[in-house]
Amino acid sequence: MDTFVEQFPVVINALNIGFLQTLKLFFVTLIGALPLGLIISFGSKSKFVPLKLLVRFIIWVVRGTPLMIQLLIIYYFPGLVFHNNVWGSNETGRFIATAIAFIINYSCYFSEIFRGGINGIPVGQDEAGLVLGMTKKEIFFKVKLLQMIKRILPPISNEILTLVKDTSLARIIALQEVIWAGQAFMKGSQGISGEIWPLFFTAIYYLIFNGILTVILGKLEQKLEYFK
Amino acid sequence: MSILDVSHISKSFGNTEVLKDICFSLEESEVLSIIGSSGSGKTTLLRCLNFLETPDSGTITVKSNKIFDAEDLDYLTDANKRKNRLHFGLVFQSFNLFPQYTALENVTLAKELAAKREDNFKENKKAILESIKQEGLDLLAQMGLSDRKDNYPHQLSGGQCQRVAIARALALKPDILCFDEPTSALDPELTGEVLKVIKELAETKMTMIIVTHEMSFAKEVSDKVIFMDDGYVLESGTPDEVFNHPKEDRTIQFLSSFNK
Repeated sequence: MDTFVEQFPVVINALNIGFLQTLKLFFVTLIGALPLGLIISFGSKSKFVPLKLLVRFIIWVVRGTPLMIQLLIIYYFPGLVFHNNVWGSNETGRFIATAIAFIINYSCYFSEIFRGGINGIPVGQDEAGLVLGMTKKEIFFKVKLLQMIKRILPPISNEILTLVKDTSLARIIALQEVIWAGQAFMKGSQGISGEIWPLFFTAIYYLIFNGILTVILGKLEQKLEYFK
Repeated sequence: MSILDVSHISKSFGNTEVLKDICFSLEESEVLSIIGSSGSGKTTLLRCLNFLETPDSGTITVKSNKIFDAEDLDYLTDANKRKNRLHFGLVFQSFNLFPQYTALENVTLAKELAAKREDNFKENKKAILESIKQEGLDLLAQMGLSDRKDNYPHQLSGGQCQRVAIARALALKPDILCFDEPTSALDPELTGEVLKVIKELAETKMTMIIVTHEMSFAKEVSDKVIFMDDGYVLESGTPDEVFNHPKEDRTIQFLSSFNK
């Protein structure tokens, strides 16, 4: 398989499979990190000072160290220190370890955005809800949540686009995502070796997917423009 | 029998005593205006009545029910607070409408949420929601806002927003409706429409407490006036007594600043 025309379908097929894993990591991270981020933001606002300090400390550590290091520690630490690789060395184990590292990391970033979003809502909204006899839960879900979402959508969109690209860090523990799939053709895979263009070509996947996300998130922002 | 008895209410923020031994009472269908310069404690007093602040001492009694007693704060659970504060409605200076809801939804939201908390909601869901909506429409009509029911707050003028806020407070049928400087955030030409609505409410025998800087309005609409200064009730009486025959120097000084 020496000609580009011969190589192309083989490479695309492999990259597609890799990109599915990328997508899976992306969506699992979002689904886990968005609600966890909200919970952490409540923790970082807690009136119970020890909890608040603990949460702020965790946020500081997680945001202050590279995601790649966090991923390496989560994946290798149990095996190296306790001689018990809880993740297993198969693809599923690697995926679970990666997803956990990503969810922890991104929920800390999201929590800070949420915290800013909640703090930015005028206290009059709480007070109006209170004097109308609403419970605190009702005030949060029925009054403040949508206002918060409107406020945080631009910074959250930014984080979401970054997450798409950050999934490539999973390559470091050999998760078979799209970068791994592209790189395989340098070393040799399916009769193709020494080719670097498949690795470069993976950029197209990120670019197109981020393009789609940009359009969707922009539409969502437009949808919330009906109130101010 | 008074509808409201406020007795020996005090409140401090840090070292600043904002309310000092406030006592007054109000009869059913009376309109009470509270006047006084900024920082005299008027707004804090209203906020205490609405449980947005907790007084340090004193009691508040509504319809012979002691709803607040500084000696017995254990009783003041969130649920009790919620139940008790519904004796009062509060209209804010800055409206505080919910921006993501239409005028009508602003009026009906709290009532709908309250209905959903009841056990029998599911069986009669449609009928209950329909009657809440109808009440909301009636209230907006009373405020002269029928044609604005589907507008969002940012599409309304300040005067219209404040009238929606009044309808929203009325929707829960409070015993006493409180206004915290209801026209202070409005352009001068818009204050009239809000004052007119309040006047109409007075004619329907609504019991009201109005914190205001609109002296001629207070004189006209009130049955009782309280002048507050530095956290004290310095003078109280009928509008004629307080506005035309004030006894305290401070009151005379304050009122004269409005006649310039």
